Amino acid sequence: MASNVSLKSAKTQTEAVPAIKVKQKWNMKRNWPLHVLMLPAVLLALIFNYAPLPGIAMAFMDFKPYLGFAESDWVGFDQFRRMITFEDSRQVIWNTLIIASLKIIFHIIIPIVFALLLNEVRKMAFKRTIQTFVYLPHFLSWVILGGIMLDMLSVDGGIINMLLGKLFGTEPIFFLGNGDWFRFTVIASDVWKDFGFGAVIFLAALSGINPDLYEAATIDGANRWHQVIYITLPSLLPITVVVATLALGNILNAGFDQIFNLYNPLVYEKGDIIDTYVYRMGLLGGEFSFATAVGLFKSIVGMILIVTGYRLAYKFAGYRIF
Amino acid sequence: MHYKSLPYTIFTVCNYIFLGLLGILCIAPLVHILAISFSGQAAANANLVGLLPIDFTADAWGKTLGNDNFIGSLWNGISRTVLGTAISMFCLVCAAYSLSKEDHEFKGRKFYVAFFVFIMLFNGGLIPTYILVQNLGLINTIWALVLPSAINVFNLILLLNFFRTGVPKTLEEAAFMDGANHFRILFSVYLPISLPAMATIGLFTMVGQWNSWFDGLIYLTDATKYPLSTFLQTVIVQQDFSQMNVNPDEVKNLSERTVKSAQIFIGAIPILMVYPFLQKYFVKGMVLGSVKE
Repeated sequence: MASNVSLKSAKTQTEAVPAIKVKQKWNMKRNWPLHVLMLPAVLLALIFNYAPLPGIAMAFMDFKPYLGFAESDWVGFDQFRRMITFEDSRQVIWNTLIIASLKIIFHIIIPIVFALLLNEVRKMAFKRTIQTFVYLPHFLSWVILGGIMLDMLSVDGGIINMLLGKLFGTEPIFFLGNGDWFRFTVIASDVWKDFGFGAVIFLAALSGINPDLYEAATIDGANRWHQVIYITLPSLLPITVVVATLALGNILNAGFDQIFNLYNPLVYEKGDIIDTYVYRMGLLGGEFSFATAVGLFKSIVGMILIVTGYRLAYKFAGYRIF
Repeated sequence: MHYKSLPYTIFTVCNYIFLGLLGILCIAPLVHILAISFSGQAAANANLVGLLPIDFTADAWGKTLGNDNFIGSLWNGISRTVLGTAISMFCLVCAAYSLSKEDHEFKGRKFYVAFFVFIMLFNGGLIPTYILVQNLGLINTIWALVLPSAINVFNLILLLNFFRTGVPKTLEEAAFMDGANHFRILFSVYLPISLPAMATIGLFTMVGQWNSWFDGLIYLTDATKYPLSTFLQTVIVQQDFSQMNVNPDEVKNLSERTVKSAQIFIGAIPILMVYPFLQKYFVKGMVLGSVKE
């Protein structure tokens, strides 16, 4: 092996090929394997991500499965008109906005507070144990957590209502059967599931702060509280801006998996969101065109917001992906 | 100096207590469900169980593991996870290798990047995708579960960033000088070096495959083919046995509180098993993938 290397480099030297030329050869002649390696992923994406796109045409049709694409009538923007005039779908969009925006806000504030508190912990073993515990729920699916919550939040015999009754003497609360409590439960449990994981990025930013800053501040007479206000929080600002702007793209993502596993007809009025509505109308109700139109509305708004979010993140914090 | 001031000491004590409680709060539900699954039926139904089992018995676990439907879907869940992870990792690793090259090294890279960024931003939505899967004849096959979910662009980005930062360029050039082609470089240079990174993404993919339930619900009409997550969704969350081929006795068994709890906990076991490995790497991975200088 070693002799091989020296031979080759000797040959290169004797022929006096400039390094740049070797690089060019490596580029031009050997580009095709790179395309071959792209092939499996590109094929799957073409089939499952690009091939459905023409189906979006359904949103502008009155699609009937037995007629197919060729025979179904074109109706222009009628489905969208239905969406914005129809009482149900307006309520659903409103629910989605409320639930999603509250989730976004709490998913920024609570992880930051948690990261700050955890940052004050000096005992590493304790810190690691806490981290192990709080990251865990993020990896469990909403089916598992939904099953657990149905049991724990049950009106007759759920441990939460039992505890509340014993501690405060309250009547059992219908967490998953009352619209307002449902919204509260959805947001609280979502924050519970993901605040630890959301804090990872802030903890990383915290560990990247230059310790000299704190030292200098201490010499200048700043106490720990001053240091948090004048050093730690400003240092977290760029990453907070990134997280907040990128979260914009989720303004219509209220969490299908979670809602679907927790809701029931009693709370449709306040808990039904776009994704669950599309599923019920489309796949269960057979309203293919209408459901596709609502889905398309969501996709387009989402796309615009994601792109805007990335633009803003790049502008304000120099964040770049890819 | 100020670290030892009285207010800061008080704060520290409160902080430890608060964080400790928060940590417990995050795992208590799982512990509670485990306790119920090992409790006697009477105690469970009388709502006596907290975080420890009462009248310890493995009866519910026996009933759960003795149920053919449950075992069948457990097996389905394992096979879709293994197959799905293998397919996804193969595609992603190959693509990430190519995309980890610079624009001038790989003509066409820009096009591929745009191609994948687009699918991250926009998708056809539930109905068109469903109709496509139906037209491909994949309904009721495992392929409907593992193929559409194979290309995860976020994981692709993580992987290619690992490749870019983790593999020394000089090593790659040395291998090229030795006459290795791209395939050889990927398998003999990139893979061995990036093993921890690949393990991380692999575990993420596994967790995703194991946890996913909705695809099973819409693409499978035959309940005996349900993976465990979909099974649990129907039996425990929806409490819908109409799809199942079970007799009334089994229905009664499956809806007992202790048996339900055992099923839920078994659904979480694979996650708990990989969690220690996951935790070891994901912090690094998250940060690497999302914060770039």
